[in-house]
Amino acid sequence: MIMVELDLTMVNWARAQFALTAMYHWLFVPLTLGLSFLCAFFESIYVRTKDKQWKALTKFWMTLFGINFAIGVATGIILEFEFGTNWSNYAWIVGDIFGAPLAIEGIFAFFLEATFFAVMFFGWERVSTKFHLFSTWMVAIGSNLSAVWILVANGWMQNPVGMIFNPQTARFEMNNFAEVVFNPVAVSKFIHTSSSGFLFASLFVLSISCWYLIKKRHIQMAKRSIVVASVFGLLSSSFVVLTGDESAFLVAQKQPMKLAAIEGLYKGQTKAPIVAAGILNSDKKPGDNQEPFLVEIKIPYLLSFLANRSFNSFVPGIDDLVYGNEAQKIESTASKMAKGKTALKNLALFKQAQKENNDQKAQIFLANFRKNQEFMGYGYLDSPEEAVPPVAIPYYAFHIMVALGTLFPIIFAVFLFFALKDLLTQKRWLLPIGLISVFLGLMAQQSGWIVAEVGRQPWAIKGLLPVKMSATNLFAGNIQITFFMFLGLFTILLMAEISIMLKQISIGPGEGR
Amino acid sequence: MKNSTPNIHKKIEFIKIFYSIYTFYRDGFKGMVVGKKLWTIILIKLFVMFAILKLFFFPNYLNTKFQTDEEKGNYVLEQITGNNLNNQNTSYKREK
Repeated sequence: MIMVELDLTMVNWARAQFALTAMYHWLFVPLTLGLSFLCAFFESIYVRTKDKQWKALTKFWMTLFGINFAIGVATGIILEFEFGTNWSNYAWIVGDIFGAPLAIEGIFAFFLEATFFAVMFFGWERVSTKFHLFSTWMVAIGSNLSAVWILVANGWMQNPVGMIFNPQTARFEMNNFAEVVFNPVAVSKFIHTSSSGFLFASLFVLSISCWYLIKKRHIQMAKRSIVVASVFGLLSSSFVVLTGDESAFLVAQKQPMKLAAIEGLYKGQTKAPIVAAGILNSDKKPGDNQEPFLVEIKIPYLLSFLANRSFNSFVPGIDDLVYGNEAQKIESTASKMAKGKTALKNLALFKQAQKENNDQKAQIFLANFRKNQEFMGYGYLDSPEEAVPPVAIPYYAFHIMVALGTLFPIIFAVFLFFALKDLLTQKRWLLPIGLISVFLGLMAQQSGWIVAEVGRQPWAIKGLLPVKMSATNLFAGNIQITFFMFLGLFTILLMAEISIMLKQISIGPGEGR
Repeated sequence: MKNSTPNIHKKIEFIKIFYSIYTFYRDGFKGMVVGKKLWTIILIKLFVMFAILKLFFFPNYLNTKFQTDEEKGNYVLEQITGNNLNNQNTSYKREK
């Protein structure tokens, strides 16, 4: 047996590959979530008004929905491949928690797609108008419901509840299904994520419609699309702001280190201000006396209110969480590491005692493990500072997301105002803003996931399993090869999507199925 | 004879329903415009994913190394407990 240091290069390549796949997958998902509902709205208006233009409009957006769906379908399965190969420890450990929900999602999605999806695309002249509309709504509802399970899984990783670690099988086993499904982090994540998908799809419709108005083509269709997209976008973007606030509150309660990182807050304080904008000092390290910001604009009291719903409350900073704060009763990471190491040692001793058939000893070690198991992940850390995520990435991603999230309701409100006044064709300065808005939406979408996933580092399962322990002990070269294969495959698929979509947009309504 | 007549009708009804579902999908696929290109992309993608990537590059690590769940559990436990039996204070190391 040769003892070797864990190859962090391998872990980082596996991380990069997972991030690449997840970010690529997330190009398609939000559009599917939102555009399915927009198609349902368009078709509902057609069924109500019997106006053929609404039918042509519905078919056009449905075609773009189909293109996005076709290119995006099954990209999520690659993540499951990666779990089995690159993250086998993790996949085994969480198998009992995630297996059933993800299987439900797969079966549900298959039946949904095989039935209602087919009716939606093939059934225009073959089934009744009402049944067709029902199918379109079912696709919209079903697509969104199938996102529930994966977000439940993600929410559980950020806030693990409703389970117990079984030292016999080395697995977390679900002991309370309701607690897992109604985990507040999962609920908040689903609502925030799906509403952000609605927002993004509204921006997509707005952007393409603005292009038609700039080109002076399909003007009536573009105007109608803008009205519906602006109403839906305004409602969903307002909802995104509200759910974002709830999401930040939960982060403060359940993942205070993530909140401290996304705010660049090193020293905790009462009446904590929020950083509206600022440039981080890249030399700043936990525990030193350097200023965290080179430039900053703060809004007083707001972080305390965001984190605890009280303007005077204390918000812990990175230093408080790493080195502890007795006055605020915050345990240091070093203390948690000691408990974590005790948990791991007793877990190993338990297994050894079992091998030796010494039940009495095994029970003692198991009891010691249980006492400290909530800190077991800290036992893997080499230093207290390892508990700190890379601050700059989630900090900037969070501020980009929030800035754009604040801008979107304004964009939708302005477009809705001019659309209702029928002034869109006169206000030509507005159209390029609408045209580029979809790229801003994309940036906000990706930033949101960067905040969620980079901000929770070093944990795969918060407090219980760091990412470095989740990985399979492979050689980095294997993962490097597949990383570049994916990069090539994804680039080709993305180019295919963009080219088919652009062609279809260029053709406009009336063609395609 | 009295009992067999309704059964035949049921069978005919079932065949009719089955045939109408079949023609629904057949005509739908035949009438596709953009869809043909999309299905080609989907099929190529699925082939690359399952026949190449999954088969040659993404084996399930634990399934290829171990037969039973007990073996897999023991292996993972060994991985996550590492050398904790020997030394509580050293950094985490892994056996290879």
